[in-house]
Amino acid sequence: MAQEEQSGRSIFTDLDDGSTNEQVDKWQRTARLWKETLIEQWKMLTDELSVKLSLFVVAAFVLIAIFAPLIAPYPPLQRQYQGDAGILIEKWADPSLLGADNGYLLGTTAEGFDIFSQLVYGTRAALMVGLIAAVFTAGIGTLVGLVAGYYGGKVDDALMRVVDFLYGMPLLPTVIVLVAVLGPNLWNIILALIILQWRSTARVIRSQALSLRERPFVKAAEVAGASDWHIISRHLAPNVLPMTFLYGSFGIAWAILAEAGVSFIGLGDPNTVSWGTMLQASRAYSALQFGAWWWFVPPGICIGLLVISGFLIGRGYEEITNPKLQ
Amino acid sequence: MGKASFVVRRTLQLVVTLWAVGTVLFGLFRLMPGDPTSYVVSSQMTQEARRQIIESYGLNEPLYVQYIKFLQNLVVLDFGQSFHSNQPVTQVIATYLPNTLVLMLTAFIAAYTIGITLGVLSGWYRGSRFERSTVITALTARSVPTFYVGLIVLWIFGAELGVIPMSGMTSLGTQNAGFWEMVFSVDFLQHLLAPALVLGFYFMGYPLLIMRSSMLEVLSEDFIDVCRAKGLKERTIMFKHAARNAMLPVVTAAAIALGYAVGGSVLIETVFAWPGIGREMVRAVLRRDFPVAQGTFIVLAATIIILNFVADLAYGYLDPRVTYD
Repeated sequence: MAQEEQSGRSIFTDLDDGSTNEQVDKWQRTARLWKETLIEQWKMLTDELSVKLSLFVVAAFVLIAIFAPLIAPYPPLQRQYQGDAGILIEKWADPSLLGADNGYLLGTTAEGFDIFSQLVYGTRAALMVGLIAAVFTAGIGTLVGLVAGYYGGKVDDALMRVVDFLYGMPLLPTVIVLVAVLGPNLWNIILALIILQWRSTARVIRSQALSLRERPFVKAAEVAGASDWHIISRHLAPNVLPMTFLYGSFGIAWAILAEAGVSFIGLGDPNTVSWGTMLQASRAYSALQFGAWWWFVPPGICIGLLVISGFLIGRGYEEITNPKLQ
Repeated sequence: MGKASFVVRRTLQLVVTLWAVGTVLFGLFRLMPGDPTSYVVSSQMTQEARRQIIESYGLNEPLYVQYIKFLQNLVVLDFGQSFHSNQPVTQVIATYLPNTLVLMLTAFIAAYTIGITLGVLSGWYRGSRFERSTVITALTARSVPTFYVGLIVLWIFGAELGVIPMSGMTSLGTQNAGFWEMVFSVDFLQHLLAPALVLGFYFMGYPLLIMRSSMLEVLSEDFIDVCRAKGLKERTIMFKHAARNAMLPVVTAAAIALGYAVGGSVLIETVFAWPGIGREMVRAVLRRDFPVAQGTFIVLAATIIILNFVADLAYGYLDPRVTYD
């Protein structure tokens, strides 16, 4: 078939592996298809006010993370000294927000670190964990779900038993054990989260793929001789994309919450500052009992803001994908 | 496929999942960097003493022998002895699990009673300001980390106002004759109040949102119109006819959520220094006491797995429309 149609354009150009010329054409078509799908999704999403506000909050945090070195007055893990005498600040410096004349907007921690700078740099850790974990969990989950749903049978059975097993693992305890085994740093926390969290995306995408598989356009592609991979990537994937995004945005929220929790317990990365490690330090130095709220209130507010934005974006998306909820 | 074979297959799956969790744990703890025996024996011991201790824990045997023994012991729920205190792990679990269960169940029952009621109301009064505010409250409750809410509650009501105790389950020095005696003492209830409320606030959002969307679905069905035509009171329709039919997803979700609640007890117990099984697991992991870490982890995972199983079976009994194929 491919040889006869090399010269002229046919309706099958996206199905066979033709000459290089057609190859380029194929890539363009794929790119255009994905671009259109993405633009369409974006337009539907930004229709609602709460979603717009949430996107604004996320964008603001992204900017803060990118320009952290410009915004933060000190490196987050640089000890501050009193005056010129070179004495480490004793106990902690009060925040200049409350009238103290020392230039530390939110004061310093008991170890002598500037709290405001830590807060700014903490945005980086939160976004990094959230985005990387979400991209991988949604990506792996979608791929596994599509493969399981499309092939069915033994492949489906095997993959879904793995998912069932993962559902039997309690999230936080598992991440804690994994981080204890692998070593406490940010990458291992992200890795542990990815290992566990793709389970929910996989389950949902699989059930979607199961019903998509029976649709006429998939049957038509099969009859036309399209490869399995072609059907999965070009016919199924664009149709489950809204679900992938939905679980991706929830994934950001869950990952940030989990990282905060693990760090709070004391298994955070000792060389990076995150909002979770800030809370852990404030607790270790009894900031609660001393009423040093400027130390432990701001990180929690940041976590809450970022997470609720993730949930609201997800919910706005859910209403598009499932009009029944409206 | 009939119901009976579904139950059999599901039971088999339960056993396989439990075995897989056990195996993964066995592997993980033996992959921990460093020699596991170094946590048990100190360098000052004589060679002979070292050897004896290592042998008494069975750590000198080849890995596959250890694994078979581990599985054998798992079947009879014997998790070995703590490296730290030398207590049998089952005894450690028996000490801490009831504390977790009391806290979780209190919070859970309160959260589901209030959450379901609010869910019914917000589904019924759809589009009102009441509905919007409950949904936003539910979302907020699930977005702010529970341990953070716990910290703030401790700061305001514990440190500043001094109306709740700062940590623990009972005041120092209190002696109680038995577990139930303790549970019903005023001192215990004072300690229970804050963590239970914080947890309850967090748990509430889930049944509320599920109940709401399930109500929306039921309210669009014909029998509701029939109820109206019969001239039934609004409240009778709302609670007796609509809510009862909308309950099903909440009931199964509750069983699953209870499992994850016990499994996720780690943080709230750490914040309030509640001597529960989640906090004990973390402490065991941090001090590399892996028999205890292993045992407590298996209890947390088994709770989830078994309640998932119960939810699956319950679904068939509660909803006669379910078919097994």
